[in-house]
Amino acid sequence: MTPGRLALTAVGDSLDRCIKCTVCESACPVAAVTSLFPGPKTVGPQAERFRQSQGSSPDRSVDYCSGCGVCTRVCPHGVRIAEINARARARWRGRTGVSLRDHLLARPVLTGRLGRPVAPVFNWALGQRPLRVAAERLLGVHRAAPLPRVVGRTFRYRVSRRRPPRSPDRVVYFHGCSVDYFEPWVGQMTVAILEHNGFAVDIPRQGCCGLPLQSTGLFEPARRSVRRLARSLSPAGTDGLPIIASSTSCGLMVKREAEEILGVEDARLRDVSRRTYDLFEFLAGLHRAGRLRTDFTPVPLTVAYYAPCQQRGQGIGEPAMDVLGLVPGLRILELDRSCCGIAGTYGLKREKYAIAMAVGRPLFDDIAAARPDLVACDSETCRWQIGRATGLPTVHPLELLYRAYGGAEPGSAAAGPGGQ
Amino acid sequence: MMKAVETDLLVIGGGATGAGVAWDAASRGLQVVLADRGDLATGTTGRFHGLLHSGARYAVKDPRSARECAAENRILRAVAADCIEDTGGLFVSTPADDAAYADGFVAACQQAGVAATEVPVTEVLRAEPHLCPGITRAFAVPDATIDAWKTVWACARAAAAHGAAILPYQEVVRLMVEGDAVCGAVLRHARSGEEITVRARYVVNAAGAWAGRVARLAGCDVAVVAGKGVMVAMNHRLVNAVVNRCAMPGDGDILVPVRTVSVIGTTDARVEDPDRVQASADEVRAMLAAGESFIPGFTQHRALRVWAGVRPLFAATSPTSAETRDLSRGHTVIDHAAREGVGRFITIAGGKFTTFRLMAEETVDAVCADLGVRAECRTAAETLPDSEERHYYWIGARQAQAEARPVDDPLVCECELVSRQDLLVAAARRPGLDLDDLRRALRLGMGPCQGGFCMARATGLLHEAGHLDRAAANAALRDFVEERWRGIQALAWGDQLRQMRLDAWILLGVLDLEHLPE
Ligand SMILES: Cc1cc2nc3c(=O)[nH]c(=O)nc-3n(C[C@H](O)[C@H](O)[C@H](O)COP(=O)(O)OP(=O)(O)OC[C@H]3O[C@@H](n4cnc5c(N)ncnc54)[C@H](O)[C@@H]3O)c2cc1C
Repeated sequence: MTPGRLALTAVGDSLDRCIKCTVCESACPVAAVTSLFPGPKTVGPQAERFRQSQGSSPDRSVDYCSGCGVCTRVCPHGVRIAEINARARARWRGRTGVSLRDHLLARPVLTGRLGRPVAPVFNWALGQRPLRVAAERLLGVHRAAPLPRVVGRTFRYRVSRRRPPRSPDRVVYFHGCSVDYFEPWVGQMTVAILEHNGFAVDIPRQGCCGLPLQSTGLFEPARRSVRRLARSLSPAGTDGLPIIASSTSCGLMVKREAEEILGVEDARLRDVSRRTYDLFEFLAGLHRAGRLRTDFTPVPLTVAYYAPCQQRGQGIGEPAMDVLGLVPGLRILELDRSCCGIAGTYGLKREKYAIAMAVGRPLFDDIAAARPDLVACDSETCRWQIGRATGLPTVHPLELLYRAYGGAEPGSAAAGPGGQ
Repeated sequence: MMKAVETDLLVIGGGATGAGVAWDAASRGLQVVLADRGDLATGTTGRFHGLLHSGARYAVKDPRSARECAAENRILRAVAADCIEDTGGLFVSTPADDAAYADGFVAACQQAGVAATEVPVTEVLRAEPHLCPGITRAFAVPDATIDAWKTVWACARAAAAHGAAILPYQEVVRLMVEGDAVCGAVLRHARSGEEITVRARYVVNAAGAWAGRVARLAGCDVAVVAGKGVMVAMNHRLVNAVVNRCAMPGDGDILVPVRTVSVIGTTDARVEDPDRVQASADEVRAMLAAGESFIPGFTQHRALRVWAGVRPLFAATSPTSAETRDLSRGHTVIDHAAREGVGRFITIAGGKFTTFRLMAEETVDAVCADLGVRAECRTAAETLPDSEERHYYWIGARQAQAEARPVDDPLVCECELVSRQDLLVAAARRPGLDLDDLRRALRLGMGPCQGGFCMARATGLLHEAGHLDRAAANAALRDFVEERWRGIQALAWGDQLRQMRLDAWILLGVLDLEHLPE
């Protein structure tokens, strides 16, 4: 199947709306810290005029775009800058080839599958400096980059013997790879919260959404992944059900990027995309409808909350702030910074690690100054980055909600790479 | 005492034709002076559609032109590669086109020696995602695009390398006639008003649409009719290859990817004064509507700029045997000795950019015959400067250059990727340049913002480097912006209108361009 002609031309043609006002360049967190990236306008709408719609392009600098999407979000004219850049990056990769490292980083399921049976060894190795130095040399994954630990028992295994409550209100859970292999407690808490609110949760078998493949420039496998995922998330008997995503980046992939960056035009995907909600988007909606249970116990904590780029890219406001605002005792400090730097796998790479850390520095400084008990952030890779950089326990905001509903201490299960 | 210069051949008009004549004559060993009233390539040549014809467009209607174009296309690809982008060309039958034309078209191309191969529609649509999905047939031809300014300057530099003097901004105001022959001209500098005389053994009038006026200076009557053609540049490349409708040539049926833009054209309407041509809003609308027939949604895309050029069409009043005129050929070498008894004076009229080299060859053959000089034409085999390696330019070239540029050489023109160093080097190479000359040399200010961002920077840099004093800098900026805005007036809506508003806020609001000190 070829990518949709219209979806592809519509994003590319949005360059016509650029009047060079430079708002995106002033907002770009990467251009602010490195001269290796000339800025979103420069590599986006400007450079796009020098690219042929077929064939490669000569601009290696676009590879320094982290894909955080701030530029598209701030553009007052509707230029799809980040999307143009993502495609240009893929073309640049088409020219240079994709390294072994990038192939690995693009396939978290593979890492999870390989690591899981030997989880203790794998996790031990992650903490060993000499091994990380070797991995940096051999693979180009920076020695200090925040890598997740794999768990011995996957999320799917953990929920396989669960007995779901019966309810006329059903939802489908899109947990993504990270929950399955790295943070199963996030999935377990999601299911518990949804069930607490009276929903029966379907958890169909599912693979990767293709986002890491896409950001690596491997568009064809990414398109296959997301098409396959759309089929997995809409098994027979789930027509019209809301699909709940607890990962903001995977949610964004299904909601927008598959069509706008990969140019996938697929009726099944479009249907799934329309029904996909970010977890807190869904919960905030329940609250507006008077359906969210608020039988909260106080959570006496000071939490610094950071809304990640991929969640902002969904254009849904900050629903986690809205919902956590209902929890008694919880003091939330909102962090108003545009990016933590990691941008998926960007900050893991040897040549980009320092840039990613510099991008995140203002955020880390704000966190340090706020002296919170915990940091909350909806996106997994951002949590790993922030946790590693600040040394503070960094959790998904749903862990706080889970605790407010009477569940376990947040951060205990979720020490994550940042905690150590 | 007026300054005087002596030479073998004075060429009047520095468009493609005149520059070609200068190159050809100089390479045959003649001493040449080339004069233009403005900068080189500021007449029709600098305002054309950008197409190096394969000949396919003329195959049905004018086979002789088709054959000439096919031959010249091959030659120019070899000798002027650096000026050419090998985009390839397509002829597509849209649902609105007579499908039968295509069969005749293929046969005619074959006869004229134009390589035309049918390509599967699905393949074409993959390569050209904007193209109308309803096209029924498509043919690939060796059309290409050619950069007028680069080509003309390359010819001029080649001529100069053979000893020619290149004199831009020198208008021929008088032709000197002694007895029954022209023997030179008086040139007036466009800026200083200073006059010089050029005594020449021979004069070639290559003044394009202005050739009638120049001929009249020697009392000769050449009926050159000016045919106006309108073109609209779209903000980016909507096609990668030159796309022609596979139908009898008409208005607005070619879309040419010219560097970063795509240009739709053109029209043909007789005008009285080639110095006063303007494109109207109606003509713009007609062009955009024409584009809609092969690029669906064309009218929704951002139109950047509109301009018009004037074709030098030659209409013979009293053909004589000495004329090599043949209507179908498109160009004519007029020997005024045979026609009006004015010797040593030739007008080369009509033609196309694609055939300029051939026109020059025929002209210089006639000059040499008349002067008794025995020298073969060498331009079919002599590569132009910078084309020695026979590499075509490509759309990504500037982007590749920009990637390699050091950070301390920032962009001045962001749209066309012109850096500070590019600007200063170009300015130093030809002292006395004005901003518009730099625009042609560098494409400075030719992108989406039409100078809104770069011109103030460029003017400041030129002032700082001592090329423009304060008054000149201010005046140059004002003139340039005025000229750019003229080309947008007729299409100031949508994105381009928003661009103009932002530019106006910057230039008028922030910089107060209207009240700069004199
Ligand atoms: C709208 C349009 C689109 C076209 N598109 C194409 C195309 O795609 N492909 C193609 O092959 N051809 C095309 N052509 C044809 C082509 O552009 C012309 O045939 C060609 O450029 C003519 O070149 P020239 O040198 O004869 O004339 P010009 O370029 O007009 O040169 C004449 C020069 O004489 C100078 N001059 C005038 N009077 C004097 C004087 N008194 N003293 C000194 N100098 C003087 C002028 O300043 C001018 O520079 C197009 C023409 C038009 C009008």
